[in-house]
Amino acid sequence: MILKGRSICKGKVEGIALVSKTPISFYGGVDAKTGRVIEKNNELFGETVTDKILFFPYGKGSTVGSYVLYQMAKNKVAPKAIVNVETEPIIVAGCILADIPLIDGISENEMGKIKSGDKIKLDADNGVIEIL
Amino acid sequence: MYLSKEEEKILSGEFGEALQKAMRLLVTLGDIFKADRLIDSKSAQISGVSYKNIGDAGLEFIKDMARLHNKIKITATLNPAGMDFKDWAKMNIPVSFAKKQLEIIENFTRIGAMPSCTCTPYLIGNLPLRGQHISWAESSAVSFANSIIGAKTNREGGPISLAAAIIGKTPNYGLHLDENRLPTVLVKVKTELKSTLDYSLLGYYIGSILVKGIPVIEGVSSFTLEDAKSLCAAAAASGNIALYYISGITPLPSGWSKSMKEDKIEVTDIELRNIMDKFNPPVDVDIVTLGCPHATINEIREIAGLLKNKRIKSGKTLWVCTSSVNKEISHRLGYSKIIEKAGGLIAADTCMVVAPLEQMGYTALATNSAKAAHYVPSTCNLPSKLCSLEEAIKLIIE
Repeated sequence: MILKGRSICKGKVEGIALVSKTPISFYGGVDAKTGRVIEKNNELFGETVTDKILFFPYGKGSTVGSYVLYQMAKNKVAPKAIVNVETEPIIVAGCILADIPLIDGISENEMGKIKSGDKIKLDADNGVIEIL
Repeated sequence: MYLSKEEEKILSGEFGEALQKAMRLLVTLGDIFKADRLIDSKSAQISGVSYKNIGDAGLEFIKDMARLHNKIKITATLNPAGMDFKDWAKMNIPVSFAKKQLEIIENFTRIGAMPSCTCTPYLIGNLPLRGQHISWAESSAVSFANSIIGAKTNREGGPISLAAAIIGKTPNYGLHLDENRLPTVLVKVKTELKSTLDYSLLGYYIGSILVKGIPVIEGVSSFTLEDAKSLCAAAAASGNIALYYISGITPLPSGWSKSMKEDKIEVTDIELRNIMDKFNPPVDVDIVTLGCPHATINEIREIAGLLKNKRIKSGKTLWVCTSSVNKEISHRLGYSKIIEKAGGLIAADTCMVVAPLEQMGYTALATNSAKAAHYVPSTCNLPSKLCSLEEAIKLIIE
């Protein structure tokens, strides 16, 4: 299956999907040292986002979230790429600072077809997400 | 998005990597939100200043940017840091934290930001004019700038506001465009708002019900600077309210009634009191923090009045958070002496949300700010009680 979204931060990677149907706040929601999700209300609570292709609908919470993504990249625990339904400035700025490929513009319905554990080939230069 | 030749050159890296990254942030954001071009920004309020929030990676990023010696040419102020720069030892801030925090401020100063850290920049010399385009982070100040001052800003994040300060420009979208500043929903207040706390509760209720949108608030008569900043802060904490109007007090844009949707919200005393019940933990409060957003001189005078010839119980702490400017004025007016004699502290350049309270062994916090009560449980891992300023002080005095 191939999905087409909008290219926001460029890059091409392959990796394993991790999917959250609920929005993510990196500030207070993800541990910058370990990459673990620490927000209790999030369905990914306890999971690690490191080296995953992370799918979630949109970002939320404090704008400090951008620096958390930057810090995660420096600590080598950042996700390999991010895919949003509709992205917003916190995630965008974080991905630019941290050089994380970012695509948005796939529908909630399309995101629903992707399961955690799926193998993904992502081409953020062209906004293409391929489920292998 | 249209870019001038100069802007293209910065984006291509001709003037170095730091400027290129700053330009890339603005252009990418502009592209996403379909901005037609970059416009001049007259003022910046930069968030992401506390070491607690940005950590070592944030510090490294700011150090990278600090290579742009004195680059910021527009008025740029900073959000609260994790401590008072002078009195951090009196706050019991760990030394390791203080070292990192001072390094962050040094580097921000090197880029050309004003090293005064406050969430009320409009009270310390960063006051834009009506209609000016600005780039502010700090959600309460964003709402104050849009709603009370009538300047135009989106709700920027730390890196974007820093980038806008360095480049002196911001992408033209969202609340920079008049068509996006029209109100969307009527809020009828059916109860008399008697205190600043009531305005904080009103803001919290509006933010939680609407989440987004631009309300016109009707039924408000008395409205002070303190009420305004509290309403702004609370509505931007429980929701994403970045602009509101108050019927009869702030000017409404022409043709505004056409943009309103059918639905309206009514607010009675019951909705406001219900919020208080949410923030009432069954534990003893050992720290009271006032000044979210940063206390004005009026508020500091009121606090000093309540503490005159009183003594704070041993084991209890009081912080009055404010700007370094107001701390100096309070000192000159003798308020600092009264507060300190009672056992309290005026903490400048910081606040209860961004100071490392979780490392300092407190059990529970009381505050008169719905914004602080909302954030402290998650940012400081402390239960918080919401009450009036007088009640909060009563909790800790002998």
